[in-house]
Amino acid sequence: MTEAESSAVDGTAPVKDAAPARNRPPSWWLLLGRDRAAAVGAVILTVVVLVALFGRLFIGDRARRQDLDASLRPPSLGDGVYGLLGTDVLGRSVLARLIDAAATTLSVAVPAVLCSLLIGSALGLWAGYHGGRRESVVMRVADVILSFPSLLIAVVVLYVFSPSALNIVLILAVARIPVYLRTSRAEAAELRSRLFVDAARTFGTPSRHIIYRHILPIALPTLLTVATLDFCFVMLTESSLSFLGIGIQPPDVSWGLMVAQGRQYLQTAWWITVLPGLAIVLTTVSATVLAAWARIATDPAQRWRLTLPRKRRGASAAVPPEMIP
Amino acid sequence: MTTTSAPAPSATEPALDVEGLCVDLNTASGTLRAVDGVSFSVRRGRTLALLGESGCGKSMTALSVVGLLDPAAEVTGGAVRVRGKDTLRMSAAERRKLAGPVLSIVFQDALTALNPVQPVGRQIGEPFRIHRGLSRRQAEEKAVELMTRVGIPEPRQRAKSYPHQFSGGMRQRLLIAMAVALDPDVLIADEPTTALDVTVQAQIMRLLRDLQDERDMAVVLITHDLAVVAQRADDVVVMYAGTVVENGPVHDVFSSPRHPYTRGLLDSVPEDAERGRPLPAVPGSPPELSAVPPGCVFQARCPLVRERCVRERPSLRSTGDGRSAACHFSEELDRA
Repeated sequence: MTEAESSAVDGTAPVKDAAPARNRPPSWWLLLGRDRAAAVGAVILTVVVLVALFGRLFIGDRARRQDLDASLRPPSLGDGVYGLLGTDVLGRSVLARLIDAAATTLSVAVPAVLCSLLIGSALGLWAGYHGGRRESVVMRVADVILSFPSLLIAVVVLYVFSPSALNIVLILAVARIPVYLRTSRAEAAELRSRLFVDAARTFGTPSRHIIYRHILPIALPTLLTVATLDFCFVMLTESSLSFLGIGIQPPDVSWGLMVAQGRQYLQTAWWITVLPGLAIVLTTVSATVLAAWARIATDPAQRWRLTLPRKRRGASAAVPPEMIP
Repeated sequence: MTTTSAPAPSATEPALDVEGLCVDLNTASGTLRAVDGVSFSVRRGRTLALLGESGCGKSMTALSVVGLLDPAAEVTGGAVRVRGKDTLRMSAAERRKLAGPVLSIVFQDALTALNPVQPVGRQIGEPFRIHRGLSRRQAEEKAVELMTRVGIPEPRQRAKSYPHQFSGGMRQRLLIAMAVALDPDVLIADEPTTALDVTVQAQIMRLLRDLQDERDMAVVLITHDLAVVAQRADDVVVMYAGTVVENGPVHDVFSSPRHPYTRGLLDSVPEDAERGRPLPAVPGSPPELSAVPPGCVFQARCPLVRERCVRERPSLRSTGDGRSAACHFSEELDRA
């Protein structure tokens, strides 16, 4: 055994920067703490989720209570908690409506993204791994879905059926499946010819185990990144559907619907449109930043980058700490 | 063992018997024969070396034995028998049951043969989960035992490391650990030491030998390294352009080759090279698969070539003492 090997093995190598014990992966909290942007993103997302889950308990019917005397009041500190962010044309509190809309928006976007992620990746990995006819069939289905403008399908379906939240989720999920299908098929088709997949086959691993244990873990970070980007897309599509009047129906409210409804007052009352727009942007940016972090943190060969102190990160730190003598 | 009910082969019966194996490659410009009628067999406890230069079909032979040929290649004839059954005529499910407990392979490139995002302990334990239905924890326990056996220091901690955190030699040990996990009858080692430096090579070869003695495996060693063959193998099969040109016990073949190609290979070992004198070599290069001549495959490079060699392909015929050679004039070489 070479000297480098033995010192790496017995763990006495003088690893600088007090990196955690080599064979215990550093805790997720630590990794998150080292990436400030991702930490902020995580906090924002947590707040949004908590608000969506429990916000309605606190606001009661504030989101729907009209008060025409208080119409179009700008944000101010003088009108109590519910006046903080101003009121809309019917005198409803924008803050209360934002909180109420958070729940609606997430309850459409999250299930839609999860459904298309699960169905799309499962089919795509299966098709890509097996190739041949199975692959052709699945990919042609994806082409068919993609060849219809998704907004058109949405309009037709939601016109024929009732525009309920469930239908919106289904439409959005189906419309986005091809994205995951294509990504995961490409990954699986590339990975199936790697030697470790052959190696797994030499001891008789059934294909479902190969897909689950060898291919999925490598494809997953990519798929999750695609999913967070798609999360933004789904939220925006939901807004356009609401804008067209076939999405979320009043008196329910979503962020997209708020943007749509406030549009005509944009010149006189910017807060009705801008604030929910800001909520959409903040949520999606947080999700994207967190996805970028997760991509690095879940890759064993890249994870060390997050364990370095801030000043050593970047181009100068191209060598993993365990390789530095 | 729960997975296979076939009886273990007796001592005299070969653990692996390959007979007349033919592999065709379907390319855009037509069908090429990459492996042409290769036969060999190996008993438990013995080591057979498949020797030949790059592109002579030795890896292709190995891959068809374990059933990993890529879709462009097709086995068109012959038989690969393990435990008395022909694996080429088995269903995929039957074959999967043999893969691991009966037949396994060590690849050349250990880094790409290990999954980069799985801790090695989990990968080495995988055969146990598939064939013996152990839980993940039990399988990892077994993996730690195996890692101890192949000489990984601090196996319990190292089982949680990822492949890129190991050196080349250690990775090769991990692959070997995975290959011997289920106590196979036959272990195929496809150039297991080519990517390693000489000292590590020696360690890996010693490890392979120890494991072979301990588990009474048949080993098929695929290599182009004459020294490895001389030290390590009992029998040798010399391949050239997809065919077997000579086989027999290593000692006999190396001391008195009966095929001009084997002779040329042995002569090209620079053991008493002198400064200033050109090193002896086999002139020319092997024929393209698309242009293998109708007569003897070696005719273009053979010092003994005659008119008969161009006309007629010599078959592999016995030359006594358990040896055979595919040359019309092997007796001449013997005398020389």
